[in-house]
This record gives sequence, C-alpha cells and structure tokens, in this order.
Amino acid sequence: MKARTSWNVVCKVEDLVPESGVAVWTEDGPVAVFYLPHRLPALFAISHTDPFSGSNVLARGITGDIKGEPVVASPLYKQHFSLITGQCLEDETVKIKTYPVLLDGDQIRLEVPVNKQETAAA
Amino acid sequence: MSKHTLIVIGNGMVGHHFLEQLTATAAADRFHIKVFGEEKLLAYDRVHLSEYFGGSTHADLAMGTAEWYAENHIDLHLGEQVTAIDRENQTITTPMGDYAYDELVLATGSYPFVPPIKGNEHPHCLVYRTLEDLDRIRASAAGVKTGVVVGGGLLGLEAANALKSLGVNAHVVEFAPRLMPVQLDTDGGALLKRKIEELGVQVHTEKATTEIVDGEHARLRMNFSDDSHLETDLIVFSAGIRPQDTLARASGLDIGERGGIVINNQCTTSDPHIHAIGECALWSERIFGLVAPGYTMARTLAAALNGDREAAFTGADMSTKLKLLGVDVGSIGDAHAQTPGARNIRFNDEKVGHYRRMVISEDGKTLLGAILVGDNSHYDTLLQYALNDITLPDNPETLILPESQGGAPALGPDALPETASICSCHNVTKGDICGAIDAGCSDLASVKGETKASTGCGGCAALLKNVVDSELEKRGVEVSKDLCEHFPYSRQELFHLVKVNGIRTFHTLIRDHGKGHGCDICKPTVASILATCWNEHILATDHVPLQDTNDTFMANMQKNGTYSIVPRIPGGEITPDKLIVLGEVAKEYNLYTKITGGQRVDLFGATLSELPAIWEKLIAAGFETGHAYGKSLRTVKSCVGSTWCRYGVQDSVGMAIFLENRYKGLRSPHKIKMAVSGCTRECAEAQSKDIGVIATENGWNLYVCGNGGMRPRHADLFATDLSDEALIRTIDRVLMFYVRTADRLQRTSVWMENLEGGLDYLKQVVLEDSLGLGAELEEHMEGLVGTYQCEWKTAVADPEKRKRFREFVNAPEKTDPVQQWTTERDQRRPVLESETA
Ligand SMILES: Cc1cc2nc3c(=O)[nH]c(=O)nc-3n(C[C@H](O)[C@H](O)[C@H](O)COP(=O)(O)OP(=O)(O)OC[C@H]3O[C@@H](n4cnc5c(N)ncnc54)[C@H](O)[C@@H]3O)c2cc1C
Ligand code: SF4
Ligand code: SF4
Ligand code: FES
Repeated sequence: MKARTSWNVVCKVEDLVPESGVAVWTEDGPVAVFYLPHRLPALFAISHTDPFSGSNVLARGITGDIKGEPVVASPLYKQHFSLITGQCLEDETVKIKTYPVLLDGDQIRLEVPVNKQETAAA
Repeated sequence: MSKHTLIVIGNGMVGHHFLEQLTATAAADRFHIKVFGEEKLLAYDRVHLSEYFGGSTHADLAMGTAEWYAENHIDLHLGEQVTAIDRENQTITTPMGDYAYDELVLATGSYPFVPPIKGNEHPHCLVYRTLEDLDRIRASAAGVKTGVVVGGGLLGLEAANALKSLGVNAHVVEFAPRLMPVQLDTDGGALLKRKIEELGVQVHTEKATTEIVDGEHARLRMNFSDDSHLETDLIVFSAGIRPQDTLARASGLDIGERGGIVINNQCTTSDPHIHAIGECALWSERIFGLVAPGYTMARTLAAALNGDREAAFTGADMSTKLKLLGVDVGSIGDAHAQTPGARNIRFNDEKVGHYRRMVISEDGKTLLGAILVGDNSHYDTLLQYALNDITLPDNPETLILPESQGGAPALGPDALPETASICSCHNVTKGDICGAIDAGCSDLASVKGETKASTGCGGCAALLKNVVDSELEKRGVEVSKDLCEHFPYSRQELFHLVKVNGIRTFHTLIRDHGKGHGCDICKPTVASILATCWNEHILATDHVPLQDTNDTFMANMQKNGTYSIVPRIPGGEITPDKLIVLGEVAKEYNLYTKITGGQRVDLFGATLSELPAIWEKLIAAGFETGHAYGKSLRTVKSCVGSTWCRYGVQDSVGMAIFLENRYKGLRSPHKIKMAVSGCTRECAEAQSKDIGVIATENGWNLYVCGNGGMRPRHADLFATDLSDEALIRTIDRVLMFYVRTADRLQRTSVWMENLEGGLDYLKQVVLEDSLGLGAELEEHMEGLVGTYQCEWKTAVADPEKRKRFREFVNAPEKTDPVQQWTTERDQRRPVLESETA
C-alpha cells in the first residue's frame, strides 16, 4: 500500500534563487529546493541534510552538472549529490531522499508523506 | 653449499645503495651479509642533510628501514666502529669482538678536513657532515648572534645557509680569492659573492686564519694573517673533505699520495678480497665527492660480485647543479678550459646578475664544459650537449644568450639520443624512460616509481618531466591542463579570455568558451576572475550561484552548519570601544569567541538568519568585513614597531594598516597573508607570509611568497631598503601579477616555484619591468582599490540581498533542530557527535 502523501505549498517562486537552492521546512523535515532555469523541468527537491556531517546545509551548496547529471556539491566536505536520484557520486552506498516538486501558479508544491509527526517544534 | 660472509664497513649512502643493488641479484643468496656503521642511525640521505634544519627528521631522510634489512637477512651493527682489519686471517675488529669475512667492502666515505689552526679544538668549533654534527650546531647556535663558516665551497655555502636559517648572522671565510674555486671562475665567483652578500651572508675571501682565541664580545675571535680579525660565537669548518682511509692504510692496502683507497675498474683494492666504493675510493688518481659516481661504483661492484665480467667503473661526470642560498650555480665538465685548444664564450649581465660561460673544443663542434651563476635554466641543455657529444650549432653563443638577443630555445627532449643520460644518480637514460612508458607507465609518478629516476639528488626533475611529457604526447596521451570538464582552459587562460573579451558573467563565458552548466570547481574560479577584472559585488544576482557557501553568505561555515564571523581589524590595532562592541555582540548572540592567529577576533556559532543583524550592529560600530571566508587578503599582522618598541626603526603598525586597507577585498587564486615587523627582530613573523615587510634603518625590506600551513615555506628576500612609495608599487605589481597568472588554489609560493625562472624571473618582471607590464599592473590595482566596497555594508542595506539569509524560507522563526549546544569553559559550543551517541 502506498503511503499517504500530500502536495504542500512550501514557498513562492520569488523565494527561489536561480542556479541555486533554498531550504524549506516540511512535515518530513528540512528540504532543499533548487531552481535551474536552463533545465526542463527546472525544479528539484532533495533532503537538506548532508548525510556525511548530519548538518542541514545542502541548499547552500554549489550546483552544476557532472557528465550531464545535475548535481549539488556539499558545502562542507564537497561530495556531489544527484538532484534527480539523490545518489552520492563519490560513495555509491550513500543516497539521500528526493521529493517530487512542481510549480502551481506562483507557488512551489512539494509531495511529502503526511502521517509523520513533526519533531522539535519551532 | 655453505655461504660466504660478506662484510660492509660503513652504512652511508653508497654502502646502502650497494646492498640494494646486491640483494636484487642472485649473488645475494651466496652471501651472509653483515654491515657495520659507526653512526648510530640507519643510512640517510646526506645530500639533503640541510633539510634537517627545515624540519625533516631522520625518518624523512632515511634511505631504508630496519625491516628491509631484516627481510633481506642482513645483520645490521649500528654504532659499532670497525677499528682494524686483519687481512691475513680475514677478520675485522670492533669494540664488540672479531668477525671473519670472505669478501670485505669498504664504504667508509670521507670526513671533513679541519685545517691545523691553533685553537681549532674549542668546543664551539664544529663540522657539517652528520646528523649529530647538525644537532651540535643547533645547540651551539641557540641564542647567539654570529657564526662563521670556514670554507667557501659547495658545502661551506650550504652550511652558511643553515646558520642563517638558525637565525645567526652568517659569515663565510674563504682562503682562495673567490667562492667555489673548484667549480667557478673569477667572474662567476664574484657574481656569486655579490648575490650571497645581498642575502645577508658576509663573504671574506683571501683570508687565512692564523689562530682562534677567546673573544671579547662573542665566544671566539679569529685572527687573520692580514692582522684583521672577526668575533664569532661558533665556527663551522667546511674546508674540504678527506677520504676515510684509516683502516685501509693501517692494514697495508695501496693508498693514493693524497689519500684514498686505490681501486681498479671493478672497484677492487690491492687485496683481491677487499673492495672500496664511494668517497673513500681513489680511481685513476681521482676521488669523487658526489653521490652519483658512488652509486655507479656500487652498481659496478654488485654486478662484479654477481659474476658479471663486463662490469666496470670507467669514471663519472662531475657536473653539478645547485641552488646555494637560493642562488643558481651550475658547473659542467671542463669548466676551467684545461683541454688544450679549448676556447671560451662568455655572457655576463651584471645588471640582472646572470653569468654564463661555455668552454668549446678548438673546432667549435663540441661543448667541453660550462659555468652558470644566477640562472640554471640553460643547465640541462648544456649538460646534454656535453654528455652526449651532440654537435653544437654554427653559432654556439646562441645557447647562452638571452632569447631577446637571439638565444636559441632549449634543446627539446626530442633532440636527445636514446642513450642520453637523464638521471645520473640512478643511471636512467632516455631509452629507459621510453621503455617504462611503453611497458605501461602513463604519468610522471609511475615512471619515477618504475625507473627510480629523479629520486636521488633530484637535480634531474625538470628534465625528466619534459622527457616524460613529450614522450606521452608522442604516444597520444593527453597531458591535461583543463580546469574541469566544463572548460578546456587553465585559470590563467580563462583570465585572459575574460579580460580580453570583456566577459562579465559566467553564463556568457561558459556559453562562448565552455560546455555544460559548470560545477563547484569552475564556478568559484570564474567568480574570482570576474571579481578581479570587474570588482562587482559578490551578491550581484549573476554571481550568487557561483560562489562557495562561505562567499555567498560572507562568513565561514562550521561543521554544524552555523557560521563564524571575523570583522576586519587592520594591523591588529583596535580601540577599547570597538573591542567592547565585539564583546557585546558576542554576548547578545551567545557566540563562542576566540582570538585568531592573524590578530583578529573570531565569533562562532551564528545561524544563517542571525548574520545580517549581527553585521548591522558591527557596521554601526565601524567594523568592516574581514574576508576570512574569501580567497582574498586575510590579515596584515604587525608588531607595535617604533611607536612603542625600543628596537623599532619604523612605524610597522601604520604601514600594516595602510597595506590592509589598500588590499582588502582583492580576490585572488588563494588566500593572501601579510605582515609587517618594525625591525629585524621580526616579531610579526613576516617571513612566513605571502608578503612580508621588515623595517630597516633606511626603509623596508620586502619578502615574498612565504606561507605557513601544511607545507611551510620561508619567504624570499625580494628587494631591500624600499621607500614607502616603492614598497607599495612593488607589492601592487607582485600581487597583480600573481592574481593574473596563478592557477586555481595556487598559493604564491607554489606559483613562484612554478614560474619558469622562479624568483629571478619574478624580480625581472616586477623590479626591472622586463615584460613592460608594470604600469598596467599598477593601474589595474589602483582601479580595484578605488572600487572597493564592504560587501556586508552593501548586503545589509539591501532587502533583496537580505532575503538570502533565511534559514528556512517558509519558516522564519524556526531554528535548525540539529544544532545542539552545550557549555564548556564558560562558552557555548556545539554538542559533538560522540556526546550524543
Ligand atoms: C651537507 C652535504 C651536502 C651534499 N650535497 C651533495 C649534492 O648536492 N650532490 C652530491 O652528489 N653530493 C652531495 N654531498 C656528498 C654526498 O653526501 C656524498 O657523496 C655521499 O654521502 C657519499 O657516500 P658514502 O657512502 O661514500 O659516504 P658516507 O655517506 O659519508 O658514508 C660513510 C659511512 O661510513 C661510516 N664509517 C666510516 N668509517 C667507519 C668505520 N671504521 N666503521 C664503521 N663505519 C664507518 C661513516 O660513519 C659513514 O656513516 C653532500 C654532502 C654533504 C655533507
Ligand atoms: S620586530 Fe622589532 S620593532 Fe617590532 S616588536 Fe619586535 S623588536 Fe620591536
Ligand atoms: S588546523 Fe585543522 S582543525 Fe585547526 S582550524 Fe585548521 S583545518 Fe581546522
Ligand atoms: S640526477 Fe640525481 S636524482 Fe636524477
């Protein structure tokens, strides 16, 4: 049975930074949303948590492409993560979460699981 | 079959090399091998002895390991001096007992000659040969002012450099009328003397020491035959070496008139069971005081013991290429034109300080010898002509003329015959290198590993690289200088493209000159180039996504995702009021506070969203960004200088503040650090910086291209007694030339070492304006200084830019739950992973 999900509004188009990422807080924890205007589709969402340090920093990495694959480089230890699959290019055993993302008018929606309780309230 | 016993006396460079060679042959199984060494330490690289003062240890210099000896079943007796040889009974004697041998190898090297001067037994009269000698010199030099080296030859100058590096004022006293009398002629010696004196070592030629007595102001006083004298705290004798032939002499082996154990072409002495190799051996009435001939003897003897009847030592090339106190010196073959009919060609540029002499045969067809001072860039080519009997061009003078005067480009590796010797230490020819490449080596490192080329004295490194590159290229292997997969250019080439085509965005550059969309290597590189060329704000929309997170958020990310903040404190000078503001801000935001090595204050633990508010407060108090996050000028450290310090001769703080304000914000290939000291006591440690300034009575001495960190390097003296204006003009040029031509992440030291011609070339470009670039470099710098803006000031004033500093764009009040804190020594710090488990 497929887990229940919902398409939540996480931010507006004007919050995004072209060629770069921003972090949003979701029911599933911190997520990094990237906007690469030259690509189709142009939006990508992956976990904001760098698996090597446990810190929430991936939205602040540099984006680019390696052999055609869109990637972000962790700002801490510089590993690359595919924006499409979440696969770490330097370590095949490490893969981070990715989230379906779409543009709805001037809003960005993210598909996240719903039944998870938010931890550590603001 | 019972094994024979082979004993080697001496565990030095050549003795060790002999064992390496022998154990690689079948003969090793025939022998039970014993080695006796007088020194307590396993054989080490004596050629690089001086690096011991630069921080290398015995382990770094060691040639082999105790395990290697054990694996090869060699009995190692270190610290056990052999005192006698009994040839009749075939035994040797040590303080521990007698040992029988079947074959005996003498590899006892040589010892430093101490001239018979009255008083030379004083405890602060030392020599320079072993690691123990260096320990003694270090102890003797501690805390004293002056040291003298007796002897101005190769080793003497190296010893002088060592004294200098220990912080004593070094003098060289030479009996002959010039330095390095064996290798150089009058003009070459004079130029070398001038250059060395410029580096602060005083040279006294034609001085004969008559006695050493107690000094008045220092420990010792040397009296000279011309009634002059010199006071000094220690003396290092380096007046030549003598072959260590005591044992051989006492046991009645043939000895040369002036010492040395006589050997034949198979390295065997007058006793067929005793052999001698290395510096103790005398072949054809010659002693070879270099390591390469010793290695050749070692190889020959190993082959001969293995039954090779052809093996023969037939002499060796004594050419040398050195850097003495940073000055290039080269001497090839018949440098003094002793061959009958030999003719000379000389080039002497006293202004630049280059001297070159070629000695050619009577018919002008072959190169017999050469002398080079000040610039060794012609050495490899000339050596190849001399060693391989390559016919000289019709106008041989072109080989040593500067290119601007019609000089020929260096002999390319293609012109060399297969038999050309590339590495004389390990006897590697061009043919051997080609063979290694054909057998599968595909880069320099693997060729080195396979052939051992360039792992001895290192003198052949540049030539080896040329040969390997050219051979690889011939075989279609690309030697890539590309920045990354997106740009087929080096940083310098990209700089050129940006500048010449007036390119202002990454987008245009990659569209016109690259492919794909960029990555974390090319984007920050291009951002730095754009900043140098056009100096636009780094948070301008086009530039944001190019930057490393530290540049984007203008702070240094720490491991838990928070940032540290370092406001600029020019020259380390700060008013109490500003210091209080730092304290107040740190307290308000609960920031961990630490003083940095660059005389500033580092505030740790700010979250992304807190950064703008913190900076607003700092800016209001008059602070500016410190660029601790950027590849740009960090700090200009200073001592208090003449204002307070009783030794100070100039206002070092004033100059440091001026320099810091001038160069702040300059984007560069890597970080840049500077320091200014108020006198030669050097309290600001300027010689460990990219740009170091030390005050003199008459102005400023400028040092360049030093650094601390992983591979520390002392800065080189670049210019002396500069006025304020000249100092700034010179720094402008050096920095701008660096920014324009260095590779990505190349510090000034590596950049300079990689410039063809090194320091001398840099001096020509900057001080003599040899490229005619001076005015342009200054103008470019002036433009950058004029358009400086504090990035934080611009950012906090702009609501659009401030938007970037939201931790979570949809939850402004949310704090990052992974950031957990605890208190240690009264300050807040992150909880460590080990503490949460
Ligand atoms: C500072 C310095 C810089 C140099 N720079 C260069 C350079 O740039 N290029 C170059 O080619 N060469 C250079 N040399 C010379 C080079 O180091 C020597 O040519 C080389 O070390 C000779 O090797 P060897 O084995 O013959 O002698 P050594 O390396 O001197 O070894 C001889 C060993 O035998 C031991 N021994 C002697 N007598 C006895 C005994 N009775 N019983 C037991 N052991 C004994 C000694 O203690 C010593 O350890 C330099 C030398 C020095 C000191
Ligand atoms: S370098 Fe000289 S002027 Fe500066 S503090 Fe030291 S002794 Fe004083
Ligand atoms: S020395 Fe190492 S641990 Fe210390 S600040 Fe530098 S990089 Fe970090
Ligand atoms: S010539 Fe000495 S290492 Fe090659």
